Amino acid sequence: MHRTGELFGQFQTLEQQKETASLGMWVFLVTEILFFGGLFLTYSINRHAYPTAFGIGGNMLDLNLGFGNTVVLIASSFTMAMSVWSAQTSHKKLVPLFLILTLALGSVFLGIKVIEYKQKFDHHLIPGHSFDITYCSKNPSACNLSGKDLDDEKKEIQEGIEAEADEAKKQGAANPEEVGAAALNAHAQLYFSLYFGMTGLHALHMIVGAGLLLWLILEARKGRFDANYNTPVDNVGLYWHFVDIVWIFLFPLLYLINRHLA
Amino acid sequence: MAEHSAEHVVSPKIYAAVLTALLVGTVLTVEAAKVDLGRLNIVAALGIATIKMTLVILFFMHGKYSPRRTKLVIAAGFFWLAIMLGLTLADYSTRHAEPSRSQLNQPQSSLLPRS
Repeated sequence: MHRTGELFGQFQTLEQQKETASLGMWVFLVTEILFFGGLFLTYSINRHAYPTAFGIGGNMLDLNLGFGNTVVLIASSFTMAMSVWSAQTSHKKLVPLFLILTLALGSVFLGIKVIEYKQKFDHHLIPGHSFDITYCSKNPSACNLSGKDLDDEKKEIQEGIEAEADEAKKQGAANPEEVGAAALNAHAQLYFSLYFGMTGLHALHMIVGAGLLLWLILEARKGRFDANYNTPVDNVGLYWHFVDIVWIFLFPLLYLINRHLA
Repeated sequence: MAEHSAEHVVSPKIYAAVLTALLVGTVLTVEAAKVDLGRLNIVAALGIATIKMTLVILFFMHGKYSPRRTKLVIAAGFFWLAIMLGLTLADYSTRHAEPSRSQLNQPQSSLLPRS
């Protein structure tokens, strides 16, 4: 049986029924806030502990791709809001149209993310055996790095190693220079672990959202959503906007802090 | 408490205005990051992000037009988040970390990248 907006027995009015549905969605989103909150907390503590390595890691991300993705995701939130409006005002033809636009923009976001991940893979920035924060400065041609950007990156890494070496000296290490280089690499690896963990979890939410949108599009094409019944569009909308908000914080935290040093 | 007569429909004009504000905020946050503001860089980045989030919740997510009990749930979410972030960060920022002995004695070569 398909729901068409009939009143269920436990509610007094349709409006109460609708409000209950979005209240339930918000309770779920609160758990999601705390879920992502744990990762943001981990990131803050480690960023505070290793500011130099995290700064170097952040500057290795592609600002243009990150900025482009932010614009794409904000636009998709707008089209999602418009599909809710279309349903609420019974513009039945517009509902699937705006949902398809939202799905398309979401797919562009994920596509750009794939390009970024591939780039990090090529640049030896995937945490694990072959992680090497100095790879690009040592093999500039492999990373399309030249001129001022290359000089900046070399300088930044050298300063990072020196800062870590000073720290090692304070702790009484016998070979501070060597320990400094190793420590910078380890701490930069921590940054990229968090980068992949956080953007990965966010991307997973996007993939789930894309699946939900696909389902909504199929239903909306049958003209199922209108002013009388639009709870699924409304609630998927809430989810989609939440995922947008997570990115609104991920973008400045991962890409932008310390950008001016480069 | 007075009951709302019907669900609130937010006009496309408001959605478009919010979209514009969010895009302006995104450009602003990138430009602000390129200027050396010292410690204020992080404040600017998080401040703009918070304003953007507030716009999304109030208008895109209809927070402004929600019944009060929904607003309470939204506020509760951020309240718990504030407890988690606030108390944990207060602990980390006031505790003096001693260099651990195990860190000093461990063979440092284990930290080196394999080449």
